[in-house]
Amino acid sequence: MNRIAVEKKVLNENQILAEQLRDRYRANGVLCVNLISAPGSGKTALLERTLERMHPGERVAVLTGDLQTENDAQRLAKFGFPVKQITTGGTCHLDAKMIQRHLEGWKLEALDLLIVENVGNLVCPSSYDLGEDAKIVLLSTTEGEDKPLKYPSIFFKSELMLLTKIDLLPYVPFKAELARENARRVHPAMEIIDVSSTTGEGLDRWMEWLNARRVGKPGTKG
Amino acid sequence: MHELGIASAILDCVDEEAARHPGGHISKVGVKIGELAGVDGDALQFGFEVLVKDTDREPLMLELEFVPRIQRCSSCEYEFRMSEFDPRCPLCGDFSTKCISGEELDIAYMEVDE
Repeated sequence: MNRIAVEKKVLNENQILAEQLRDRYRANGVLCVNLISAPGSGKTALLERTLERMHPGERVAVLTGDLQTENDAQRLAKFGFPVKQITTGGTCHLDAKMIQRHLEGWKLEALDLLIVENVGNLVCPSSYDLGEDAKIVLLSTTEGEDKPLKYPSIFFKSELMLLTKIDLLPYVPFKAELARENARRVHPAMEIIDVSSTTGEGLDRWMEWLNARRVGKPGTKG
Repeated sequence: MHELGIASAILDCVDEEAARHPGGHISKVGVKIGELAGVDGDALQFGFEVLVKDTDREPLMLELEFVPRIQRCSSCEYEFRMSEFDPRCPLCGDFSTKCISGEELDIAYMEVDE
């Protein structure tokens, strides 16, 4: 028996494709963000409010992932920006190959922002690099404050946490400060923005965050 | 939930390595799983066994090594195992500590019977 050292990432194939995507985004000055949360935390609602606030002609596109149905793409298409649904057919996360395949037919040079809405799941999407510039995790006030402690991986890897459904705070037992504290225990440098897609609270700050990142991305076409 | 996919990716690596050892048989693969990798060891082991059973790859074992989350203090460079999600340096109390391991999902080694 002969033991050989291998030292290779298990998800090496995904990593290679993710780096190719990252290079393409960089070459075309496209900022890519990957939205991740549990099902029902408000990813699609946030995207509706986000697209609504974009000017016609802004160079933004959305890839939205679900196990089944085109429902989210239909909800998002009405804002007039390119939207494509990725139906995974059962897979619980998006991977770089799915992104690559669904970008076919889109001209990256015509974009400066690509928003990927991952499959609703706090576990598996954290393992798959999609070539994004930033992962963004959503936690809603109808969930538990201890979610960052229960699912540390995704909170650790996300640059920004959006605390969603903030308008429901008076009606739910959710302790927002405890949730923020838990997120920062897992990821001390985490940025946190409170938002409500219903009342619009916090959406200006979210748009500012996004726009600052778009402008800050080298090669962005402005 | 995605452990079956990960088991399948490990087997792809095994097949790739096996092709470099004609006449040999890979009998064990060692994989490192970091505390922050988001991968469940039992589910991975189960998925791996299912994919190996009744194939030419038998006998093939999967050995998992769990890697704890280690932080390094930016001020005093002390390295410590992070527990209870407290990122403070236990030596100097500084909060600016950086994760230096615990994100692994790596193939470490394989054993080949030649």
